[in-house]
Amino acid sequence: MIGTYREALNQAMREEMRRDSRVFLIGEEVGYYQGAFKVSKGFVEEFGPQRVVDTPITEAGFTGLAIGAAMAGLRPIVELMTFNFGILAMDQIVNNAAKIRYMSGGQLAIPIVIRGPGSAAHQLAAQHSQSLEAWFCHVPGLKVIAPATPRDAKGLLISAIRDPNPVIFIEAQLLYPTKGDIPEGEWTIPIGQAEVKRVGRDVTILAYSKMLLLALEAADVLAQDGIEAEVVDPRTLRPLDTKTIIASVSKTGRVVIVEEGWPFAGLGAQLAESIYTHAFDALDGPIVRVTGADVPMPYSRPLEDLAIPDRDRIITAVKQVLS
Amino acid sequence: MITRVVMPKLTDTMEEGIVVAWKKQEGDPVAVGDVLAEIETDKAVMDLEAFGSGFLRKILVPEGQAVKAGALIAVIGELDDDIDAVLAEATSESRPPTTTPSPQASPPIPTKPSPEAPPVSPPSAPPTETPVVAREKKISPRAKALAEEHGLDISTLVGSGPGGRIVERDVLNALQAAPGATAHQPIVRPLSQMRKAIARVTTESKAPVPHFYLTTEISMAEAERLRKQVATIRQTPLSLTALLVRAATLALQHHPDINVSFAGEALHQHTQIDIGVAVALDDGLITPVIRDCAQYDILTISDRLRTLIERAKAKHLAPEEYTGATFSISNLGPYGVHNFIAVLMPPQAASLAVGTVRSVPVVKDEAIVSDRRMQVTLSCDHRALDGAQGAQFLQTFKRVLEQPLELFLPLAPPSEGR
Repeated sequence: MIGTYREALNQAMREEMRRDSRVFLIGEEVGYYQGAFKVSKGFVEEFGPQRVVDTPITEAGFTGLAIGAAMAGLRPIVELMTFNFGILAMDQIVNNAAKIRYMSGGQLAIPIVIRGPGSAAHQLAAQHSQSLEAWFCHVPGLKVIAPATPRDAKGLLISAIRDPNPVIFIEAQLLYPTKGDIPEGEWTIPIGQAEVKRVGRDVTILAYSKMLLLALEAADVLAQDGIEAEVVDPRTLRPLDTKTIIASVSKTGRVVIVEEGWPFAGLGAQLAESIYTHAFDALDGPIVRVTGADVPMPYSRPLEDLAIPDRDRIITAVKQVLS
Repeated sequence: MITRVVMPKLTDTMEEGIVVAWKKQEGDPVAVGDVLAEIETDKAVMDLEAFGSGFLRKILVPEGQAVKAGALIAVIGELDDDIDAVLAEATSESRPPTTTPSPQASPPIPTKPSPEAPPVSPPSAPPTETPVVAREKKISPRAKALAEEHGLDISTLVGSGPGGRIVERDVLNALQAAPGATAHQPIVRPLSQMRKAIARVTTESKAPVPHFYLTTEISMAEAERLRKQVATIRQTPLSLTALLVRAATLALQHHPDINVSFAGEALHQHTQIDIGVAVALDDGLITPVIRDCAQYDILTISDRLRTLIERAKAKHLAPEEYTGATFSISNLGPYGVHNFIAVLMPPQAASLAVGTVRSVPVVKDEAIVSDRRMQVTLSCDHRALDGAQGAQFLQTFKRVLEQPLELFLPLAPPSEGR
């Protein structure tokens, strides 16, 4: 069926909550308000307030509570209203969720999903427009997923809920209304598997989440100039599917990496390092990154537009690596 | 007295041979029976012995070179014998007169392939007073790898990338400009004598002989158990191949109509069971033969096989040890192959291809249990045999492996009724 990214997430959680009574949703406004972005529409009616838990504005508190529930055998899904607020829960995520299994010698597992939107929407200003995926990817013990399409969102969220380890699942406010195919019924995508979203021969564009849609648009424009870009979506940011990425780079020899986050120590830096390490001899030129501007996000709409990668900047970057 | 040393024809199928190594050098004294050289035939490496005595006066063929059977490869004579006439004969038969003007006195025949003498390099130029700093060309890793792969000299390239960097398209353009260089050049490896023989024999078999194939699956659990028991009471292990040879022998005794050869107007019924066992070598394969298998018990077969295989791998088999099989077995099980079909080696009418023994689920007494199974495929010459005959042979072969006691029973005198 064709549906929105929002509906895909709703389906994934609903199906897993029906299948497994240990799965529950917790977060701010997830119950009677149906979720800040209406992702949990109809949940409290179907599953009741014990499994769809509204919390006070206490990210550290309810994330910690959910980690405890996971240690006790439940399978919590924590909804962060946005990942900007997840900074408050960072200690719980980094010091507990990611480490308890290691520190208990494997006696305790933390099968938890922490999900919500990351990256900028429109004019939410410096504190509410951040792309923080690199923070989570830095931590051993966490898996990090950032799907771009409804199909990937459903398949990967189900895999995340079933995964026995903590998974950070990063959505995007601007992706919620985007539409696409949603496979019905049991549909899972393995964590750690990239996908070639568009086949090409001249250059590899690596992009994930919102940036994937821009990369595909850019590839369509480039095709009019006879440049066939291959667009690869890692989908899972950690563990990274180096194999698929390297296969594409080996074919094209040229790479553009697109990310919305800041450039310094950003995710693209890691992607570039992985490519240089495994496929240096396949490269025909230096990798070019298209990133968010290295500034706090401006509130001004024209400035905000300048701070976020767009289609034309990707096209310019592709032409630069092909020069 | 002058003795001409020629490339011997060591087997029926041999058309040319390679001098692998000279064991005597020019000027060495030679007695009758001395080993002069090692010769590689189509199947083995054999010693070439001297038929005359004196001194090895001249070596005409360098090591590693192939020559036709019958060609002169060396001359033995006394020190004062005049061998020019013999040598002239050799050059006239081996060199086309159009390319080589007839040599005068002693034709210069190299004992080793001598490459063209390199041109004498001029003395290196004196160092210039002003040191020139060589600017290294910038080249992308991909372009560099591509250039190296095609043997392209990077110094001839002009870079079109940023800052004059040589990129992939510069190499591709250069390769296109030099046609022929772009075409992928395979590495030419001359065929070994054995490879040539395999190519000829398999073509001679597969094209004219109408093959058909029968496959069955055999439970090897009992046979493996017996093998393990043997290992506890005997130092040298009993090989799986020995079990196969013994089982084939019993089956051939039960079904002598398989042990035949098609001979145009008649079938030749072999009175003896000679089983060849294919042995893989680095550069081909060889099929040592156990003669008259029916007269050996299984342990003797195992021991004979082991020594035959060792000698085959060292290429030390005599021609009569790898020719004339009436049936053959090829086992690719050690390579993990489940099942395959063998090409018949004429005049054999049947040949057995054996796959790996592996654990598989089978239904036994309405329950799924694990069993050790092996697939075998019998290739048959349809001119000599029909499907039912091959199938009956396989039935017996399967029975004696699944109830392997028979393999170990003392040898019975051949009975007429079977």
